[in-house]
Amino acid sequence: MTTTPARASALQKPAPRRRGPRTWVRGGGLTTLAFALPMILVFTIFSWWPIVRSVVMSVQETNLIDPPTFVGLDNFVAVLNDPLLGTAVLNTLYFAALALVLGFPIPILMAVLMSEVRRGKGIYSALAYLPVVVPPVVAVLLWKVFYDASPDGVFNTMLGWVGIAPQPWLQSPDMAMPSLVIEATWAAAGGSIIIYLAALLSVPAELYDAAEVDGASIWRKAWHVTVPQLRGVIFVMLILQILATAQIFLEPFLFTGGGPNNATVTVLLLIYRYAFQNSLGGNYGMATALSVMLAIFLALLSWAYFRLTHRWSTS
Amino acid sequence: MTTEVSTRASQRAALAATASAPGTEADARRTRRRRRPMLEDTRGIVSEADLRQRKVRWSMRGVHVFLSVTLVLAGLGPILWLAKAAVTPTQDTLRQPFALWPNGIDWANLSTAWNDIHIDQYFFNTIVIAAGAWAFQLLVATTGAYTLSVLGPRYAKVLGSLVLATLFIPSVVLLVPLYLTIVDPPLLGRDFSLLNNYLAVWLPMAANAFNILLVKRFFDNLPREVIEAAKTDGAGPFRLFWSIVLPMSKPILGVVSVFAIIAAWKDFLWPLLVLPDPAVQPLSVRLPAVQSQTELDVFLAALAIATIIPIAMFLIFQRVFLRSAGLGGAVKG
Repeated sequence: MTTTPARASALQKPAPRRRGPRTWVRGGGLTTLAFALPMILVFTIFSWWPIVRSVVMSVQETNLIDPPTFVGLDNFVAVLNDPLLGTAVLNTLYFAALALVLGFPIPILMAVLMSEVRRGKGIYSALAYLPVVVPPVVAVLLWKVFYDASPDGVFNTMLGWVGIAPQPWLQSPDMAMPSLVIEATWAAAGGSIIIYLAALLSVPAELYDAAEVDGASIWRKAWHVTVPQLRGVIFVMLILQILATAQIFLEPFLFTGGGPNNATVTVLLLIYRYAFQNSLGGNYGMATALSVMLAIFLALLSWAYFRLTHRWSTS
Repeated sequence: MTTEVSTRASQRAALAATASAPGTEADARRTRRRRRPMLEDTRGIVSEADLRQRKVRWSMRGVHVFLSVTLVLAGLGPILWLAKAAVTPTQDTLRQPFALWPNGIDWANLSTAWNDIHIDQYFFNTIVIAAGAWAFQLLVATTGAYTLSVLGPRYAKVLGSLVLATLFIPSVVLLVPLYLTIVDPPLLGRDFSLLNNYLAVWLPMAANAFNILLVKRFFDNLPREVIEAAKTDGAGPFRLFWSIVLPMSKPILGVVSVFAIIAAWKDFLWPLLVLPDPAVQPLSVRLPAVQSQTELDVFLAALAIATIIPIAMFLIFQRVFLRSAGLGGAVKG
């Protein structure tokens, strides 16, 4: 009972070699540190410190002139009392939901079809990936031209071919968000297709062979071999897409600037407005408070998601 | 930023998948050698026996037609339209968007965009930003991964997990504090600011945990015997790094380079914030800004010019692109 934990462990392990600064230098410690230094420096200044500072700033009032003052939860209260917050959250949820309905099944379907064709996978993958290569800003500005609301606009002309009346696209509060989602889906689908395709191509051929020995039809093979083999990738891609759409910024910012009538204001656009588009000077406290809330929400969401899917994939 | 985030998302998917990949390097080699046959020869749901049925054969033909039509329309269509519109007069584009040059080709759009709205300058800025981001990302990723994987000091584990942890922080949290760090960097006095300095774009991009993990995982799988042999022959840490480890890591350096250059070319919000001076801004920031004062045909020409380099890079390095994008699928999650 009198033996302290320290003595007990000292008895079990050989006494550790004394490492003074001199042995450290002679052992190459300085050279190692020189290699580690670029990483340590950029991560400290541009990643770890800003993350910590984000939390600190959310309970401070910060401007660029006076030293920051502690204000408790005032920033959070101010954000929660902002009438636009509800709109922004609902819009973001709407975007995420539309993007799931539209953008999630299409890449899976395309990848399955592409994995089935005997020839031309290379050229199909290249074509599918092309939109991903177009710089996002160019893509949005180009689609803005496509969405021209006049009857001679690119999409309206195409609708005219099949006898549909011209649509207002970005100019109507009802259609603005779906228009954004269609462009975002077009821009991102290629990347998902390539990931699913690679997953499909690594399904062991023996599984299909075995299913055939048991007399499985094409549909049964798809349902009992392909789907279970893809399940892991689908789970990961689903949460990644939700995390990405929760942070949607470029499309609403460049297409509509949040309009018409605030129909496309998203959470990230609101953060941007608090910090950088404020006539009263940047309200950095409110911006960081909202970012911290969003980050905590996303962290909880992914945590719950992984617990849930883990249970599904093990049972 | 969606696409920005989704690039990050696909990178994360790649990471999540390779995390469970056994012997990544050896596998990577095998896949590389197997690549060609893999694309064309692996079997899917439909077997050769199924294909002997007429119904199935016709359906497969239908699949081919469907894929060709959809992918050409959706993948190639907008880009071809942009290429056409770039050399078409404004009135033709507005009145008959699908007619092929009813009133002749207007090559002058391109030179007007290049010279009069200074696309040349912004193009050059974009290249400088991409080149610097590439150099810094490669420097930090290789030296960092080398420390964590090969040198392995006592603090490597802590350092490695701190780096990994940043992957789980949504980038939005960084936006405001990182901006204030650029406006007034720590320890350098009140008057010093990195605004309008390209370092403000290059350095934060270099703090990329995904790169470090990707390279570290590759280094982890390099044959230890070669490294030990070099050490026995008296190679110091620098020589080992420069003459042994880096030359053996060309495939992964190619992947990181593609990611770095494309990410820098695409970036919009960050350069918009930290490069307020139009003279130093890249294309992605200038294009939306000049839109209102530019005639449509010239503007579309500018968009086309901004797209040329990424498309050319994709066509040249297609396999690196698709392999990087599909890294995630190498192993099913």
